[in-house]
Amino acid sequence: MIRVQREPFDVGEAYGRLISGLEGKVGGVAMFVGLVRDFSQAGEDVRRMTLEHYPGMAEKELERLVEEASRKWELLGHVLIHRYGALELGEPIVLVMTAAARREAALSACSFLIEWLKTRAPFWKLEEDSKGRERWVEGE
Amino acid sequence: MRVLYFAAVRRSIGTGEELLDLPEDVKTAGELLAWLRGRDELHEAGLSGRVCIAVNQEHVDESTRLDGVEEVAFFPPVTGG
Repeated sequence: MIRVQREPFDVGEAYGRLISGLEGKVGGVAMFVGLVRDFSQAGEDVRRMTLEHYPGMAEKELERLVEEASRKWELLGHVLIHRYGALELGEPIVLVMTAAARREAALSACSFLIEWLKTRAPFWKLEEDSKGRERWVEGE
Repeated sequence: MRVLYFAAVRRSIGTGEELLDLPEDVKTAGELLAWLRGRDELHEAGLSGRVCIAVNQEHVDESTRLDGVEEVAFFPPVTGG
């Protein structure tokens, strides 16, 4: 399942949907949840953030990443949800889940997906500090 | 051609989308970027830093040809996740 959405996501529901029908086949599920934290990469304070995205390309890029991961590891299922819009401290931003027969494939694919998503998926973070000043997060 | 801008590039130029007729000598994504930079001060400023390019919603480099292309996007390095 791949989703780009404004609304929060329910980790439990996504997990249930991922393993439904795969009982007995799945040996492990790996998960990464990215959250809004109260400090930036440079250590400045963060009060909230807004995520901008490129509608259409964002979904396609996530699909391309999953295709790539599926060529490298034997995955039985995946969940990739990325949010956009206004997000408060502590809110979830991104969810990556991978299901496989063996833990190594699930863990490696999950790590691959979140790392590559950060450099390829067209999303941009605009942080706001406690004084209401905005700044774009610098990409690499 | 539909030209899209996102994030800091969009804010700097002041719009997220333009419909443009390109000069005939603009044949690659890099040539389009150079042409856009030369249009006015807002474009020059918005597109001055490191700019990533997507053609028909796929990452490309500046050498990519634009024959038959409908949508090109320019944006800063991505920061999702």
